[in-house]
Amino acid sequence: MAKVVVVTSGKGGVGKTTSTAALGAALAQIGQNVVVVDFDVGLRNLDLVMGAERRVVYDLINVTQGVAKLPQALIRDKRLDRLALLPASQTRDKDALTEDGVLSVITSLRKMFDWVICDSPAGIERGATLAMRFADEAIIVTNPEVSSVRDSDRIIGLLDAKTVRAERGERVGKHLLITRYDQPRAARGEMLSIEDVLDILSTPLLGIVPESEEVLRASNLGSPITINNPSSGAARAYCDAARRLMGEDIEMTVPTDKQGFLGKLFGRRAA
Amino acid sequence: MNLFSLFKRRGSAPVARDRLQILLAYERTTRGSPDLLVVLREEILAAVGRHVEIDPDRVTVQMSRGEKMSTLEVDIEIPNAVRPTPNVSRRKRVPSPAHRPA
Repeated sequence: MAKVVVVTSGKGGVGKTTSTAALGAALAQIGQNVVVVDFDVGLRNLDLVMGAERRVVYDLINVTQGVAKLPQALIRDKRLDRLALLPASQTRDKDALTEDGVLSVITSLRKMFDWVICDSPAGIERGATLAMRFADEAIIVTNPEVSSVRDSDRIIGLLDAKTVRAERGERVGKHLLITRYDQPRAARGEMLSIEDVLDILSTPLLGIVPESEEVLRASNLGSPITINNPSSGAARAYCDAARRLMGEDIEMTVPTDKQGFLGKLFGRRAA
Repeated sequence: MNLFSLFKRRGSAPVARDRLQILLAYERTTRGSPDLLVVLREEILAAVGRHVEIDPDRVTVQMSRGEKMSTLEVDIEIPNAVRPTPNVSRRKRVPSPAHRPA
């Protein structure tokens, strides 16, 4: 049975698109059939981060409106044949998305893939609420910084109120992905620590992605970091997070860019 | 700042954590309900307005939230009873200092 996962945050610029691309690729690299869906209508960027910007013909809106068939709009990744992208429209605005349209696309994608990963736009408007609407699980991307943590708390509230699962009285599985973490600064008390963020948000931890120059490098090249530089700290953090999504119990670490050095162990297990 | 405080400087993360905890404790309880400040402002204005005429633009309502206690500060400017308008034409005009010859 396919799982629909929304990657969300409330705040912009915390790494939703980067994380969607990296986790989607990481899941495909361990043999899963994955589609990543861009919900940021009008400001699409997942195509660019995935390096598929020149191959976009049809988009999510075209499919919901019946202009194109779903298989025509899906872009197969050239590096990983189990990975596909459904781009957002760049020319339409977010009001072109309807709940019925999204439901029919998600229902079809569930039959074709193991994982449907929805890259939410920032904010709490229509695009963001539709991206989370049919999710079974949510990955909340958070930076260890006050405004990001506050917005994450708001999004967690929406996940518990505005999703189909919540309305049926079921739970949406929530996972916290902390990105741009700077371990030395947190150790000096200059940055919220993992424990601080977990205490405040009370949400199980999926992974800790260290601040890394390799993340920008990968997006410059249009290649998810788990493909572009699998040995980098950030890539290893995303690979571990993907395995935790699969249900594996992997010790929580903050991998660093130095090869062969495993980072400091945190002694905290993913829930 | 003296030399000593340079060495004593503590990280700002504990401050961030405390601020977030206080803020979110409040935001979680008010989520989905109308803004308390707006409701209080409207109802207090209506109550005072039944007895005296007030200018809604000259009312300030401020909330200061603390961990254990919050304060609500309401500042309403009530104009004094309007006196009969003096007859301007009969008043002697006094030149303002700027117009006096030096």
